[in-house]
Amino acid sequence: MALTIEESGRLAGLLAEHAERVVQRWTEVVAASLRGRLSQAELRLQVQELHRSMIEVGAEGLTDVQSERAAEVRAVLAELSRGRARQGFSATETAISIYALKDVLAELADSGDVELRDVIAFNALIDQMGLFTFETYVQTREGLIADQAEQLLELSTPVVKIWDGVVAVPLVGTLDSARAQVVMERLLQTLVDTGSPYAIIDITGVPAVDTQVAQHILKTVVAARLMGADCIISGIRPQIAQTIVALGIEFGDIATKASLADALRHVLRLTGVETARRHARREA
Amino acid sequence: MERVPVLKIGDILLVSIQIDMSDQTAVTLQEDLAERIVATGAHGVIIDITALDIVDSFVGRMLSTIASISKVLDAETVVVGMRPAVAITLVELGLSLNGIRTALNVERGMELIAATREDDLGVDEAEGAESGSAATSA
Repeated sequence: MALTIEESGRLAGLLAEHAERVVQRWTEVVAASLRGRLSQAELRLQVQELHRSMIEVGAEGLTDVQSERAAEVRAVLAELSRGRARQGFSATETAISIYALKDVLAELADSGDVELRDVIAFNALIDQMGLFTFETYVQTREGLIADQAEQLLELSTPVVKIWDGVVAVPLVGTLDSARAQVVMERLLQTLVDTGSPYAIIDITGVPAVDTQVAQHILKTVVAARLMGADCIISGIRPQIAQTIVALGIEFGDIATKASLADALRHVLRLTGVETARRHARREA
Repeated sequence: MERVPVLKIGDILLVSIQIDMSDQTAVTLQEDLAERIVATGAHGVIIDITALDIVDSFVGRMLSTIASISKVLDAETVVVGMRPAVAITLVELGLSLNGIRTALNVERGMELIAATREDDLGVDEAEGAESGSAATSA
């Protein structure tokens, strides 16, 4: 517990008594640290909001930031740090918005408006608030990163139809297990939906092929075969061909082509040969 | 006891599995199918597993057995309609359904059987059925 009920009451009283001076100085200190990247008016609003919630809760007993009564203070803090995280401020800049209150209290102590013992006690509470801000900040950032990773996963695996009965998957970027799984599922589903018996997996955009990546591609090809579709791997760059051989990866009887165009020509020939033969037979 | 129906379409037998296979249904299906192939003289068997959520080693072995039986009776077997999730599971389990031909859907399966028979009989047809094919193309 950071504060006793009495201390909390004194803190609320102090903040209310010197309201104008506290808000003014607090805003100034924060503004100095943010170097004008947030408007003075906006900062003042945030500080006022926090100041108001601290007085309100403090009057009832703001003993601990994690306590039930402090829910409102926590909500204001969370909103503030979420906003900072989204606007791209650093963790330090976010925490300073809270720790600035310490400077203000020190100044109040200098002018004799508050006892030093109380300042020390209040500082403990402010530390807690700062830590809470920091936690929310990290959570928000992590949430952003998770969202982006998910979006990347969705964006980076298109399955395109390039001919009647031929679909292509241009793979871009490093292929890890999660992405390989998404690619596999999406490709197989597209095969079913479009009824395409041929799929071309283009790995031009894959920077490196190691045994794991090869394993993922092979699994996709085998799964497609089980469903009755044939896969062709294309876009193998010279260095990648060398790596594949050096690693001893066997693609077996899977057709591999240098470029997407070659792969498409191969597929068309596969389907075209039949019609050509039929024509020949009819002519004969 | 549940039975899997065997439908005749032209010279192809269509088996659509829509129930969970047990030992008994599998044996009954094999017997029914063998009898029907002989009775109808069918040259192709299409097994549709669109409705199957789970294909385990048991179903895999059953499909292999049916394919082998049909082969002995001179009928080509094609498994069609495997779901993506099923295919992924089979690959993860390392089951590859050796010796079974697959197609995306019934239509493709019928095309595949027709193409195989054409290849098999290609020489005879080209020589013996020239007049026939000319008539159909005209």
